Amino acid sequence: MKNDVMGTPDEHGRFGDFGGRFVPEALVPACLELEEAFRDAWSDPSFVAEYRLVLQQFAGRPTPVTPLPRLSERLGLKLYAKREDLAHTGSHKINNVIGQTLLTQRMGKSRVIAETGAGQHGVATATAAARLGLSCTVFMGEVDTERQELNVFRMELLGAQVVTVTSGSRTLKDAVNEALRDWVTCVADTHYCIGSVMGPHPFPWMVREFQSIIGSEASQQLNDLGVGVPDVVVACVGGGSNAAGVFAGFANEKTRLIGVEAAGGAAVRSGSPGVLHGMRSLLLQDEFGQIEEAHSISAGLDYPGIGPEHAYLSGMHRAEYYAVADDEVIGALSLLSETEGIIPALETAHAVAWIEREAGGLLPHGSSVLLNLSGRGDKDVAQVRAILKGQA
Amino acid sequence: MAGATPDWTRHVEAAVLGGADAIEIGLPFSDPMIDGAVIQEASQRSLERGTTLDSVCEELESLSTEIPLIAMTYYNLFLHYGLERAAGRLRRAGFSGAIVPDLPLEEAGEWRQACDACDVATIYLVAPSTPAARAHEIATRTQGFVYAAARMAVTGAASDEGDGPRVVATVRQASDVPVYVGIGIGTPQQAARAAAYADGVIVGSALVKLVLDGASTAEIERFVGSFRTAID
Repeated sequence: MKNDVMGTPDEHGRFGDFGGRFVPEALVPACLELEEAFRDAWSDPSFVAEYRLVLQQFAGRPTPVTPLPRLSERLGLKLYAKREDLAHTGSHKINNVIGQTLLTQRMGKSRVIAETGAGQHGVATATAAARLGLSCTVFMGEVDTERQELNVFRMELLGAQVVTVTSGSRTLKDAVNEALRDWVTCVADTHYCIGSVMGPHPFPWMVREFQSIIGSEASQQLNDLGVGVPDVVVACVGGGSNAAGVFAGFANEKTRLIGVEAAGGAAVRSGSPGVLHGMRSLLLQDEFGQIEEAHSISAGLDYPGIGPEHAYLSGMHRAEYYAVADDEVIGALSLLSETEGIIPALETAHAVAWIEREAGGLLPHGSSVLLNLSGRGDKDVAQVRAILKGQA
Repeated sequence: MAGATPDWTRHVEAAVLGGADAIEIGLPFSDPMIDGAVIQEASQRSLERGTTLDSVCEELESLSTEIPLIAMTYYNLFLHYGLERAAGRLRRAGFSGAIVPDLPLEEAGEWRQACDACDVATIYLVAPSTPAARAHEIATRTQGFVYAAARMAVTGAASDEGDGPRVVATVRQASDVPVYVGIGIGTPQQAARAAAYADGVIVGSALVKLVLDGASTAEIERFVGSFRTAID
């Protein structure tokens, strides 16, 4: 289906003023090659069919839309959740990596690298690589390897090599730097499988396309449930891939699109335009243009930037972005767990927290709301326990 | 790397005395994505000392040297400062050119305009992965010289010769602009070999490492001198 609001970026990879391809000359040919390969594959019915088949047979798609009756009653809303937590490896990340690893194979490359924050994208990439017999290296900041120890082991079980990144703030942005450095060195046989709608063109566009299956499924499913077009769609935003994926299904409708950032990494709310990791977007930076570190309870949202298309959607007031604080997130995680029997990932709990906070406020009572339940909370249980016991 | 140590301008003077033809001065950025461990460390130290574009330019004003100074940093610093304002500031501090490694040809238009207005040369890079036609376009559009990356790698030491000869030869098919080769050249022997096929040699990390290890100005002068001797 043609999608006007979230369409194809221009020939320079721009969404309005944002996007582009700010990479070292050594990587320009690889980005051009990738762009061509993606255009070719995405217009090839056999590639698209294979991508969909793998998502169905291997990743458990379509994921359901679940009504949330008890939470709805509690908050005075009509709430539905798109259950990306039920996809293989526990989050929406698998949609993108299935697409990118199939593309890697089609380009004749034998190795993938990835950055990861919470570890979800790293696990998903390691999973998809194992499935195709691709060699896989994942870069993860030292702060994150400590708070997401089990995901490190999970990646290793899947045959991936995990490189602990000790430079800079030792979180997601430094993992991206390190992955880019590796890519420069190994670009001939290696594809950099970026995990979000960020980085140089064509990544923000390509990743959104691979994630837009979330929105197109959800749109159909809400119709089937008799809900029709929802009043509001809410998703958490770090780089913004789950949000972009679900927004894509509703951007041409009258639905309000809400992205929820972590207060300590709120690139739209607190950032300004700049260039980092190959893209012009909104970034957290100091008065001299040095990139600031993001601080959040969830490793997956610890990124000082946001995908360029979100910066664009924000600028044109098509999507709204809000921030929630760490303490609201823990409460929301408990609330969804107790009322609906779903333990969300800490990242997803940001979206839940915003809904809880704004029910009856920015979210008028009676609104129909689709929550993109981007990931499950298993990976965060130890951390949440430590926080809740610490508070007790 | 400007500001990595308190007496960094003395190191610039020492490099001039040692026989450098031009000095590339790094302005520190928080996320140096094409740099290896040495430049990363130097950038971090420099930022911790509070180095800014303005502080570098102010300190350079006290320096009197006839040889060209080339700024090297990432685009966000200039973008944030204001492109024209940044180019003007560089010029007033004595810089005659700038290398911005995350600004490929397609994205360089606005920066080029700002630099042209302030008489600062924009120097473009060619990499081993650059196809010939693209290398030719870069060669015709660069100013001053082409920075030829000798290998697909981040900055820092390497033991092999890399692709330098091939990259330089490709550029020369299209233009007689000088070609300077860099990335992975850390010893006088490597420099001498590179000087045999290129118009100039760029030594970065090896010198910065010496600075980080606490070398005296005399040691820096001697180090640069050893490259000078090997090349000549």
